[in-house]
Amino acid sequence: MLLLFVVSALWPELLAPGDPLAADRGLVLAPPSPEHPFGTDEIGRDVYTRVVHGARSSLALGFGAVLIAVTVGTVFGLVAGLSRRVVSTVTLRIADIGAAFPELILAIFILALFGGGLGTATLAIGIAGIPSYVRVVRAEAVKVKASAYIEASYGLGLAPRAVLLRHILPNAVRPVLIIATIGLGGATLAGAALSFLGLGSPPPTSEWGAMLSNARNFLTLGWWAAVFPGLAITVFVISSTVIGRWINASREGRA
Amino acid sequence: MSAAVWRVLRRLGVSLVTLLGAVTLTFFALRLVPGDPAFAILGAGRQQVDISPEVLAVVREQYHLDDPLIVQFVLYLGRLLSGDLGTSYVQEQPVSALLVAQAGPTLALALLATVLAVVLSLVGAVLTAGRRLPSWISSALELVLASTPVFWLGFVLMLVFSVWLRALPIIDGGDLRSLVFPAVTLALPTAALLLQVLRQSLDDALEQPFVLTARSRGLGGLSVTVRHALRHAAIPYLTMLGFSFGALLGGAAITETLFSRPGLGRLLVESVASQDIPVVIAVVLVSTAVFILVNTVVDLLYPLIDPRMRERAATGARR
Repeated sequence: MLLLFVVSALWPELLAPGDPLAADRGLVLAPPSPEHPFGTDEIGRDVYTRVVHGARSSLALGFGAVLIAVTVGTVFGLVAGLSRRVVSTVTLRIADIGAAFPELILAIFILALFGGGLGTATLAIGIAGIPSYVRVVRAEAVKVKASAYIEASYGLGLAPRAVLLRHILPNAVRPVLIIATIGLGGATLAGAALSFLGLGSPPPTSEWGAMLSNARNFLTLGWWAAVFPGLAITVFVISSTVIGRWINASREGRA
Repeated sequence: MSAAVWRVLRRLGVSLVTLLGAVTLTFFALRLVPGDPAFAILGAGRQQVDISPEVLAVVREQYHLDDPLIVQFVLYLGRLLSGDLGTSYVQEQPVSALLVAQAGPTLALALLATVLAVVLSLVGAVLTAGRRLPSWISSALELVLASTPVFWLGFVLMLVFSVWLRALPIIDGGDLRSLVFPAVTLALPTAALLLQVLRQSLDDALEQPFVLTARSRGLGGLSVTVRHALRHAAIPYLTMLGFSFGALLGGAAITETLFSRPGLGRLLVESVASQDIPVVIAVVLVSTAVFILVNTVVDLLYPLIDPRMRERAATGARR
């Protein structure tokens, strides 16, 4: 299922050869039919084609945001976990302050200051997600640092930097990647929410949240224009969550 | 007793510092916007609208933009403390008046949604914990609900109950009935998260020896769950409740926009659109303050629920 989403994000033409912006004035808000399996929207664009093409912006937003949150979160988490007490406390306090904002509200605030658009929205959700990753990475780093094999590698004469890169980083990051897989769904949801509020991707790009926002005005006339993009979001989030949990479970099984 | 008081004070102190940090962050974030901060405050940062020199002078005066940054900051804090949240130049009235006018509907929505989420998750968890098939069904349902975008859930509810069944009005009529849709929409994803956490910890609790003891005294399945296991599971549940309140606040912005309801969330979204930065900052700060407050209360409740934590807190305070 997830593969299907990745394919539609990378090569939407494979699944939907049509043009997502092509409007057929004669077929405004047509119900689902063999020709238009998800129906058409208020200006006659094929909803199925738009949903498939929308995967790119929606997924790019989710992946991008998680990437930002994980990368920055990991750096600061390692700093908090490994450096001297003062630096560690200060980093954690800042993370606490960041976590004190409700995530979506923080993202909206960033967008308000620096303007809307797909890029800023990705950045905003990424930044809002950083604090939680700082905490996780720090906890892991502290745990790894205290373990015997780190002491052993110091004992073998490895330089601190080598220990950090070769032992602490991989071991502290692995659990984070699992959380990130599950977090991907949340970030995609938040991105769609921002687009829905009109702060994410600008029209006429096909993006799931923006499509929903459009379709809101025609709910009584054509439910299909709203139902299918939403279904796409939900199914994507479910599949990424399930995969994240599955990786998590199989990892715990090994340990 | 004094240890408990000390603990409460300490926790309140941490919350205040966090809030102060949040205020500091928003203050300096505004200065990160490229260009003249006066333009940013007026909301013309990117639109290059003509602004009269008089208005510009008023803003410069109000925010002391000609003073050093640190002086600006201290004066800003002072104004916040006296309850002055600035002026909305778009709506041409004090920000605090705008907030007060919009706070009621959001409060009603958030409270009703929280109550709904708590009731749903409690009933759901008590009925399904420790039973294989109900647990499985419930966890599938939780996954779907937690993965559904709030705004889409609202759509589907509207579609089913208003358009197809014609049971409830779509448009906000201002009465309690019109609160039902938004509140249910907002409550369902939160309820799903809470239910997940609660069933997990109930399952753990049901495997503890004290449950066996209770059973051996002849207590039936449900009353064991309600009387003994629930108390055991309360801590992770409360933590999740506090945590998910943040999502609820964000969700309020979406729900209010979706259902065209008045409220702080909609005010936020509209202010972003009209680049009414003083209002945006005020709503962000108010929701953050509420979020911090809720989590502080949750933290302070722990020792009341779990006697072991009371002792730990006491010894911890003495150290």
